[in-house]
Amino acid sequence: MSRTKKHPMPCQPVEERIKNFSEVALGYDEQTAIAEAKRCIQCKNPRCVQGCPVGIDIPQFIQKIAEGDFESSIEILKSKNSLPAICGRVCPQEDQCEKLCVVGIKNEPVAIGRLERFVADWERVNVKPKGKQVTEGKKVAVVGSGPAGLTCAGELAKMGYKVTIFEAFHQPGGVLMYGIPEFRLPKKIVEEEINSLLDLGVELKTNVVIGQTITIEELFAEGYEAVFIGSGAGLPYFLNIPGENLNGVYSANEFLTRVNLMRAYLHPDWHTPIKVGKKVAVVGAGNVAMDAARTAKRLGAEEVYIVYRRSEEEMPAREEEVHHAKEEGIIFKLLTNPVEILGNEEGWVTGLKCIKMELGEPDSSGRRRPIPVEGSEFQLDVDGVIIAVGQGPNPLIPRSTPSLETSKWGNIIADEMTGKTSMEGVFAGGDVVTGAATVIKAMGAGKNAAIAIDQYLKNKG
Amino acid sequence: MNKILEKKVLAPTLKQIVVNAPLIARKAKAGQFVILRVHERGERFPLTIADYDREKGTITLIFQEVGASTKLLGNLEVGDVILDLVGPLGKATKHPHAKRVVCIGGGVGVAPVYPEAKELYENGVEVISIIGARNKDLLFYVDEMKKVSKELYITTDDGSAGRKGFVTDALKDLILSGMEIDCVIAIGPMPMMKAVSNLTKEYGIYTIVSLNSLMVDGTGMCGGCRVTIGNEVKFACIDGPAFEAHSIDFDEQMRRLRMYQEEEKLVDCKCGEAEKNVEN
Ligand SMILES: Cc1cc2nc3c(=O)[nH]c(=O)nc-3n(C[C@H](O)[C@H](O)[C@H](O)COP(=O)(O)OP(=O)(O)OC[C@H]3O[C@@H](n4cnc5c(N)ncnc54)[C@H](O)[C@@H]3O)c2cc1C
Ligand SMILES: Cc1cc2nc3c(=O)[nH]c(=O)nc-3n(C[C@H](O)[C@H](O)[C@H](O)COP(=O)(O)OP(=O)(O)OC[C@H]3O[C@@H](n4cnc5c(N)ncnc54)[C@H](O)[C@@H]3O)c2cc1C
Ligand code: SF4
Ligand code: SF4
Ligand code: FES
Ligand SMILES: [Mg+2]
Repeated sequence: MSRTKKHPMPCQPVEERIKNFSEVALGYDEQTAIAEAKRCIQCKNPRCVQGCPVGIDIPQFIQKIAEGDFESSIEILKSKNSLPAICGRVCPQEDQCEKLCVVGIKNEPVAIGRLERFVADWERVNVKPKGKQVTEGKKVAVVGSGPAGLTCAGELAKMGYKVTIFEAFHQPGGVLMYGIPEFRLPKKIVEEEINSLLDLGVELKTNVVIGQTITIEELFAEGYEAVFIGSGAGLPYFLNIPGENLNGVYSANEFLTRVNLMRAYLHPDWHTPIKVGKKVAVVGAGNVAMDAARTAKRLGAEEVYIVYRRSEEEMPAREEEVHHAKEEGIIFKLLTNPVEILGNEEGWVTGLKCIKMELGEPDSSGRRRPIPVEGSEFQLDVDGVIIAVGQGPNPLIPRSTPSLETSKWGNIIADEMTGKTSMEGVFAGGDVVTGAATVIKAMGAGKNAAIAIDQYLKNKG
Repeated sequence: MNKILEKKVLAPTLKQIVVNAPLIARKAKAGQFVILRVHERGERFPLTIADYDREKGTITLIFQEVGASTKLLGNLEVGDVILDLVGPLGKATKHPHAKRVVCIGGGVGVAPVYPEAKELYENGVEVISIIGARNKDLLFYVDEMKKVSKELYITTDDGSAGRKGFVTDALKDLILSGMEIDCVIAIGPMPMMKAVSNLTKEYGIYTIVSLNSLMVDGTGMCGGCRVTIGNEVKFACIDGPAFEAHSIDFDEQMRRLRMYQEEEKLVDCKCGEAEKNVEN
C-alpha cells in the first residue's frame, strides 16, 4: 500500500448505487483504519487541529486508532465533538482539518474524516449506551434541533442545566434529517447519534414552532432563564425568472424534504408523493445541488444536469460529492445561467432556457464574476427543475420577536464568540446567524453559546 | 396530548373531531391552521382550525375525506391519538375596518369561514353569510352560522335546500339589491374562490380568500405552497393562507393542486387500521 495516498474509501459500485438509497461510502475496516492512522506523523504542533472548528485533538485520537485502542480514541473525539459519526461523513475536510495536515504538503493528507467516521461507527456497534441521565439545574430553552441546537443542548446538559429543545418538525436533526440524503448520511446513524446526545438529560419537544406555538418572550414567562436560537437557514431562495411556479419545479428544500424526511422514495408505501422527470436540471453547484442531482438520479431520472453559472473551480460543494456525482453520470453544464423555465399548456415544465457565461473580473466574493455571452441562448429539454441556489433564515422568529435585531437579510445578529443577541438572555448560532454554512461550524457556534449561557446564568445568580 | 375527545359524522365523508391540544388552543386565531400526520409512514397535511376552546384546551377540525390522509384521520375514533399535530400555523386573517361583511363558505370551506364570521360578529360587525353545497346532505354548521349572522343564505347545486345555484348567484343578488358591502370573505374550492373574486372585482368590493395550496412543512421551509399575487411570489403557509383576492393567480393555484393527482391514487389508506396510536 502506497504511503503517499489516502487509503481509498470502499464504495458501493456505481451501477448498483444509482438504483438504491443505501450509503455510498462503506467505511474503513479495522485493518485499513490502523494502516491509515499510521500515516499520521504525530506532529508536535499539529496544524490540522487549527483547521477543525471544534478543536479535536486529532493526533491523539489517531494515535489511539494506530494502537488499536478504539475505546480511548472515541473518548478523545467525543470530548470535543458530540456528533462524530456525522462530521466524519459530511465535514468539508479538504477545507478544514485535512487542508492543513503536513502530510498533505507533498502527498495526500491523512484521511482524518474517514478515521473519525471509523471510530464513531465502531463505538455505535461496540459500546452500550449509558441510558438517560437526569438534570435538575436552571431551565434553558433551545430552539431547533439541527447541529447548532443539539450541540448547545448537549453541552449545557453536561454542565447540569435542565434543557428543553423545541423543534418545529416531527423529527429532530434539522438539515441532517431533512436535507442530507440517506445515501450520504444514513438516518439511522443520525437518530442514534442524536439519542446518545439526548441521553445526557435533554428533553425534546417536537411539533412546536417557536414564534407560532410559543413566542420567545413566552418561554421566559414559563421559567426558562436563557434561550438559544439555532433555527437554521431554511427559507429557500428562488431565481425570480419566468416559469418558476410551473408544475415540476421544486426548491431543493422541498425536493429533499419529501425524499429524506418524508421518505417519498418509498412511495406509495410511505404516503408523501414526489415527481421526478426523465430529464432533470438542478440549478446550483453546492452540496445541496449535488444531493438533489444524485437523488433525482436514484429516483429514476435518466439525464440529470447540474447548471451552474461559474466554473468548476468556484463550485462550493465538497470535493467528494462532486467526484461521486460525476461517477454517477451527472452532467455538468458549467458557465451556464438559466434565464427562463418553459412549460406546456397544462403548466408542466418542458425546458430550461439558458445563456452561456464567461468569467470577468473578481467580484466582492473574490470569485471571478460570470458575465452573459450575448446571443448564446440555448434550451435544455427537461421535464423537471430543482432550484438549489441557497437558503436564508426563516422569518417566523424575527417576525414574532420585535426586540431581536436582524440583518437586512433577516439573519439574527449575534456576537461571533458568544452568540449573544440584542435581547437579554437570548443567544443564537449556526446558519440562522451566519447564513448557510457547515455542520461543524454550527456545532462550534452551539458549543460557544453554551459556554456563554453558563457564564450568563452564573453572573445572574 | 392530541387525543380525540369527540367525533361527529356530519355527512358520509365529512367529519368533525375535537382534539385535546392546549398549546394550540391557547394561541389559535381565525384563519390559522394545523398540520397533522396520522400514520408512521403518513404525509403531513394541513387543516383549518374550525373552532377552539381556550379553557378546555381543545380545537375543532372539520374535514372532507378525499384521499388517503384524510381517510386515515377519519378512521380514528374517540380516544385515539393524532401522531403529530403542529400549530397554530399561518397568520391570523386581517379583517379590514368594515360595518358589513359577507362571509361565503363553499363545501368544506364552511369550516374555515365559520371562525371568521364568529370573530367579526363578536367585534360588532354585521355578518351576512352565504353557504353552499352540492346537496342538502352535505350542508353543515347551518345553526352555528345562523347564530353569528344577521342574514344567512343557502345555495345547493341541485336545489335540495335553499336556492338552486352557486354561492356567486346569491352574492350577485345581494349586490344587485343595492346592499352596501364593505368586504367579502370567501373560502371554499379554488374555482369557487376564483368565481367570487371575479364577481367582486367587477363591483370593486374588497375580498379576502383563504388558499388551500399544497403544503409540506407549513413553516416557510419548502416553498411548495408558493402563490403568485400580482408581481410577487408569496408562501401561503407563512404569508397567508388568507390574502386579498383580486390579484391572485387562481389558475396557477388550481394547476399546482393537481400536481400529484396520479400518485395520490396509489396510496392505500387501509394501512393505518391495524396500527392506530393509543395514548399510553
Ligand atoms: C442538502 C444539504 C446538504 C448539506 N451538506 C453539507 C455537508 O456535506 N457538509 C456540511 O458541513 N454542511 C452541509 N450542509 C449545511 C449544514 O447542514 C448546515 O450548515 C447545518 O445543518 C446548520 O445547522 P443549524 O443547526 O444552524 O440549522 P439546521 O440544521 O437548519 O437546523 C435548524 C432546525 O431548527 C428548526 N426550526 C427552524 N425554525 C424553528 C422554529 N421557529 N421553531 C422550532 N424549530 C425551528 C428546523 O426545523 C431545524 O430542525 C448541507 C445543507 C443542506 C441543506
Ligand atoms: C391552509 C389549508 C387549510 C385546509 N383546511 C382544510 C379543512 O379545514 N378541511 C378540509 O377538509 N380540507 C382542508 N384543506 C385541504 C386538505 O389539506 C386536503 O384535502 C388534504 O391534504 C388531502 O389529503 P389526502 O391525502 O386525504 O388526499 P389526496 O388524495 O392525497 O389529495 C386530494 C387533493 O387534496 C389536495 N392535497 C393533497 N395533499 C395536500 C397537502 N399536503 N396540502 C394541501 N392540499 C393537499 C390536492 O389538491 C389533492 O389533489 C386545507 C388545505 C390548506 C392548505
Ligand atoms: S470535526 Fe470535521 S474538521 Fe474537525 S477533525 Fe473532524 S472532520 Fe475534521
Ligand atoms: S497535521 Fe497531519 S500528520 Fe500532523 S498530526 Fe495532524 S493529521 Fe497527523
Ligand atoms: S408549506 Fe412549505 S413553505 Fe409553505
Ligand atoms: Mg395525500
